[in-house]
Amino acid sequence: MINFEFVRTSTVKNAIAALSKTPGAQFIAGGTNLVDLMKKGVAAPKRLIDINSLPLRDITSDSKGILIGALALNSEVAEHPLIKNKLSLLAKALDAGASAQLRNMATIGGNILQRTRCSYFNDSTMPCNKREPGSGCGAKNGYHRMHAVFGASDKCIAVHPSDMCVALAALDAVVHTAGPKGERKVLFADFHRLPGDNPELDHHLQPGELITGIYVPANSFNKQHYLKIRDRASYAFALVSVAVALEVTDGIIKNAKLSMGGVAHKPWRLISTEQFLVGKAASKETFTEAAAVAMTGAVGLTHNRFKIKMGKAAVREALLQAIR
Amino acid sequence: MEQEYKENCAGESRRDFLKKSTALAALATATPVLLKAAGNDEKIAGYFEKIPLQLEVNGKVHNLSVEPRVTLLDLLREQLNLTGTKKGCDHGQCGACTVHVDGRRINSCLSLAVMNEGKNVTTIEGLADGEKLHPMQESFIKHDGFQCGYCTPGQIMSAIACVKEGHANSVDEIREFMSGNICRCGAYPNIVDAIMEVKKGGQPL
Ligand SMILES: Cc1cc2nc3c(=O)[nH]c(=O)nc-3n(C[C@H](O)[C@H](O)[C@H](O)COP(=O)(O)OP(=O)(O)OC[C@H]3O[C@@H](n4cnc5c(N)ncnc54)[C@H](O)[C@@H]3O)c2cc1C
Ligand code: FES
Ligand code: FES
Repeated sequence: MINFEFVRTSTVKNAIAALSKTPGAQFIAGGTNLVDLMKKGVAAPKRLIDINSLPLRDITSDSKGILIGALALNSEVAEHPLIKNKLSLLAKALDAGASAQLRNMATIGGNILQRTRCSYFNDSTMPCNKREPGSGCGAKNGYHRMHAVFGASDKCIAVHPSDMCVALAALDAVVHTAGPKGERKVLFADFHRLPGDNPELDHHLQPGELITGIYVPANSFNKQHYLKIRDRASYAFALVSVAVALEVTDGIIKNAKLSMGGVAHKPWRLISTEQFLVGKAASKETFTEAAAVAMTGAVGLTHNRFKIKMGKAAVREALLQAIR
Repeated sequence: MEQEYKENCAGESRRDFLKKSTALAALATATPVLLKAAGNDEKIAGYFEKIPLQLEVNGKVHNLSVEPRVTLLDLLREQLNLTGTKKGCDHGQCGACTVHVDGRRINSCLSLAVMNEGKNVTTIEGLADGEKLHPMQESFIKHDGFQCGYCTPGQIMSAIACVKEGHANSVDEIREFMSGNICRCGAYPNIVDAIMEVKKGGQPL
């Protein structure tokens, strides 16, 4: 690992100032993504700003929703009574991510900002437009079994690896940020980017900005489920995952929010599927049709084509399990 | 971010590398530079500078001096000679390096030592009470919860936490919450048995 300057900071204001002071500076929270990438030589920050002492760890609620501090640990959030009772989808998605040890280190802010990546990005001997703009995409003509079937570009076909973010996208969460130009609130679905011509950019955080928390608005979803399909039963990234939040009254779907993981450069909201579901009976037939809508427009390559079929089956299964 | 990223990816030239290696050689012969943090928001350490670190490990307070890039795992093994904690993958993928920090199980290979200032670390060496083994150690022996033993310290640290967290109520739950510990010898069924027995015994851990 290449050496770097190390700074501890205890206030949001100083953290932002410390980041702006040195080009090539980065925040570090749990370190589970950043330290990994630094060891691989993929990231080489000139200065690390340890933000773990910032007062951003609380989970609080009011009548309108729940605010989760950016430094709350993935494990703490998954175990928190407020989250377990009101946002079971989020708790399930968190528990499906990484391992118990990693969830004890990983923070909410860090989980959102973990790099959208693939094995070519992780290997500095391979071409990768995301790691080294202009060097080409090794995955496109290489081995791309894990890669995107929605929203990919010529430049990049990597997927965002987070489970938690798939749930947050379905729950219409809002990212709270603070930066040199003040505070902002960004709708979760607009936070991450598709690769387009600039795959080096994963999201819309502005230079110098810090994520301070995530706000999840109160909802009336009485059926929630997170389904994750992976190569082994646990401790693996999703091949495909589905977050489902439904409001069902007397067997009729009043409201529906769905998103998928493992299929795109960002958590993939299924807006047309949601529109299709509203007003229909919560039945096997409806769900089978909805699953076909969900995967419309998916484009597979040689090795990841299976994800289209798998995605369809996963959407149907996630909906069925949600109403079980 | 974008700009920062490009710079990071630019790669190190040979010249940069040589410059740094010379600096490294010079540092090795000089007394380590210790910087006192004047306030909590001061620059704490520059490139190649060591910083003071206070850690309690297995009940003993250590006043150390480390470079920011040293992981907790390397600090334990190489500075404190606590080689019970193993390095398997060094990337958070195997669990061999599992230790407890302030009671929580973590992968010490992905934790920078300097980020653990003032914390309380327990390693496999801190479990036994003199000659008396910890109940989880006893149970792993009784159930043959290992073959080569390389993953075992991590398995045991993780297993104790798994029970304490309340995630050892069934075989399935144990398998799920122990999935962060890989065993190449495939001792999984016996590891699960060992944990089940400790859980059922209800001893204080
Ligand atoms: C072996 C392994 C398996 C994994 N499996 C899964 C999985 O199955 N599912 C899954 O979802 N995830 C998985 N992960 C990823 C893991 O969830 C992330 O690494 C973790 O959530 C990152 O959080 P962190 O706090 O450690 O971030 P860090 O590594 O500290 O930071 C990540 C990035 O975010 C920035 N950052 C952090 N906090 C803030 C903030 N508040 N404001 C602004 N910038 C910030 C940092 O500068 C850095 O660029 C896995 C990781 C590993 C190592
Ligand atoms: S050595 Fe830390 S997880 Fe493998
Ligand atoms: S006992 Fe050999 S790796 Fe687990």
